[in-house]
Amino acid sequence: MQFVQNVPFFSIMISMFSGIVSSVLPEKAAKRLNAVMIIIVNIMSLWLLYFFLTADVKSYTFMMGHFPAPWGNEIRAGVLEAGMAWFVSVVMLLSLLGGRKKLFDEVEETKHNIYYILANLLLSSLLALIYTNDLFTAYVFVEINTIAACGLIMIRQNGRTIEAAVRYMIMSLLGSGLLLLGICMLYDLTGHLLMSNIQEQVAIIMQTGTYRVPMLVTIGIMTVGLAIKSALFPFHSWLPDAYGYSTVSSAAILSSLVSKGYIFLLIKLFYRVIGFEYIADSHILNVLFAFGLCGMIFGSVSAIWENDIRRMIAFSSVAQIGYIYMGFGLGTEAGMVASIFHILAHGATKALLFIAAIGLTDVSAGSRKFIDITGAAYRNKIAGVGFMIGSFSMVGMPIFAGFISKFLYAEAAVNAISWRMFPTLIVLAISTILNTIYFLKTVLRIYIPEKPEVEQEKGFFCRTWKEQKLYTVTILLFIGLNLILGLNSEPIIQLIKMGLANFK
Amino acid sequence: MFEANFLLNIGEEVAMLLFGIGFANLLFQKNLIKKIIGLNIMDTAIYLFLAEKGYITGRVAPIVVDGIQDVEKYINPIPSGLVLTGIVVSVSVTALMLSLTVRLYQRYQTLDLDEISERLRKEGL
Repeated sequence: MQFVQNVPFFSIMISMFSGIVSSVLPEKAAKRLNAVMIIIVNIMSLWLLYFFLTADVKSYTFMMGHFPAPWGNEIRAGVLEAGMAWFVSVVMLLSLLGGRKKLFDEVEETKHNIYYILANLLLSSLLALIYTNDLFTAYVFVEINTIAACGLIMIRQNGRTIEAAVRYMIMSLLGSGLLLLGICMLYDLTGHLLMSNIQEQVAIIMQTGTYRVPMLVTIGIMTVGLAIKSALFPFHSWLPDAYGYSTVSSAAILSSLVSKGYIFLLIKLFYRVIGFEYIADSHILNVLFAFGLCGMIFGSVSAIWENDIRRMIAFSSVAQIGYIYMGFGLGTEAGMVASIFHILAHGATKALLFIAAIGLTDVSAGSRKFIDITGAAYRNKIAGVGFMIGSFSMVGMPIFAGFISKFLYAEAAVNAISWRMFPTLIVLAISTILNTIYFLKTVLRIYIPEKPEVEQEKGFFCRTWKEQKLYTVTILLFIGLNLILGLNSEPIIQLIKMGLANFK
Repeated sequence: MFEANFLLNIGEEVAMLLFGIGFANLLFQKNLIKKIIGLNIMDTAIYLFLAEKGYITGRVAPIVVDGIQDVEKYINPIPSGLVLTGIVVSVSVTALMLSLTVRLYQRYQTLDLDEISERLRKEGL
């Protein structure tokens, strides 16, 4: 075994221990430790990815505590996991950088190191969800993830955020209760907790035909649990408040990473625990497909009615989660690849939109109403550019990331050769039009100049890039990430395909 | 046949019933404390399910005291371990929920979540 193969273990442990150490550090040191830790995780994940691309090893399992397979706890890494870990750490770093100045307005200064503790724990739980090969460990880290995310919502103390945090917790707890029940039933049926061992037993159960109905119920319960946690359409009621009123970094991290962690676990469940052919045969995917399509429409319609820019972006997340589940629902490899690409595209874009939106509302006297952000792109130019590019990517303009995922969805739907093709294409078209309505409406509004006397009366001001260097760099890096995903999509798609192929 | 199986698995059935009760309470109750009670019923139902599945009549916990190393004499210790882990998670989640409830009660003097939402909308924060 080579040294680089320790990377998954190191990244989880570094992020977790830096969370623990941050509790006794002063605010500035905690901030630096957080940034350094995320950069280290980032570089290590890149190193692991490079190792997979050059060496013959395409995936391996890593024993935790030196107990062999059916007894010990395991970590598993492959191309997809390493790539996901890299992506998560990049988006996390950029989201925290973009909201760093703003944090002083949003959170009391004595609580800043708590904020970084929560961010570190969130990263460690996301990495553990990505790498773990053990279902019960996955459950424990799902709960850590939920608690850290709840803390990130409520650290900004006002009535709205506490109410949003309570609603978030209630929905999340319903989901994790179902997930835990599902894991216990699966353990009861198969006698294992490690994913690869479970898969062997599931294959036997499916072939012999005994316990087929309990098996289906178990898969259903776990899928519904994870769908509730990742805010699939009918369970999204907590989402606009939680994303709309928390601090800007929290909103960016929650929308682009936290829900994606649960979705990644669901992909692992489909591929590594149950086996995708059995999932595709069962009718569970039809349910996901139907709710995904509903989410694509209703999320966008709610966003059109919204009069608050942050809540509008939050509702757009509901629609994008709908896209991802619709891709699962297609039941083909191509649909899965499209969904994984959309996880990346949405993660890169939605964080950019949240961070650009805060720049726009800041120069508009903190108001988030549409009427007040008129002409905001002239007052804060870089935020305007960031918002415009984010909107173009979400709408699906070529050269940006969102276009590639829409293209992949359409391609997957046409090649699926089933009754699912027409509903997918029709809803994709409608949803794109609705996206265009609410995003381009906002882009037009921020580029319509406001009268100078109105600006003076309402206390609006201008902000140049020299006054906000870190923010400008963050926005530029986000735009760069978006362009990499959009212009360089072919190698990334190949990587995803390769990762899925050795995912079993 | 059905009756015999029904009686044999009575513990699991009770666990599922309790899970349903807890789930519905957590979802539909307006009062925050009742919601938290529902959460605890739901989690405890899962522990009951695990305990029922993990125990085999006539066997004991796998602690070797009198030199018997026969597998047939002992139960599988993993379900008990899972119950312990689950209890830790549920305690911390309950504590977090209760602290949030305290915060909301101090601010709004009520435990009714819908009423709090209604007032927030009127405040227009």
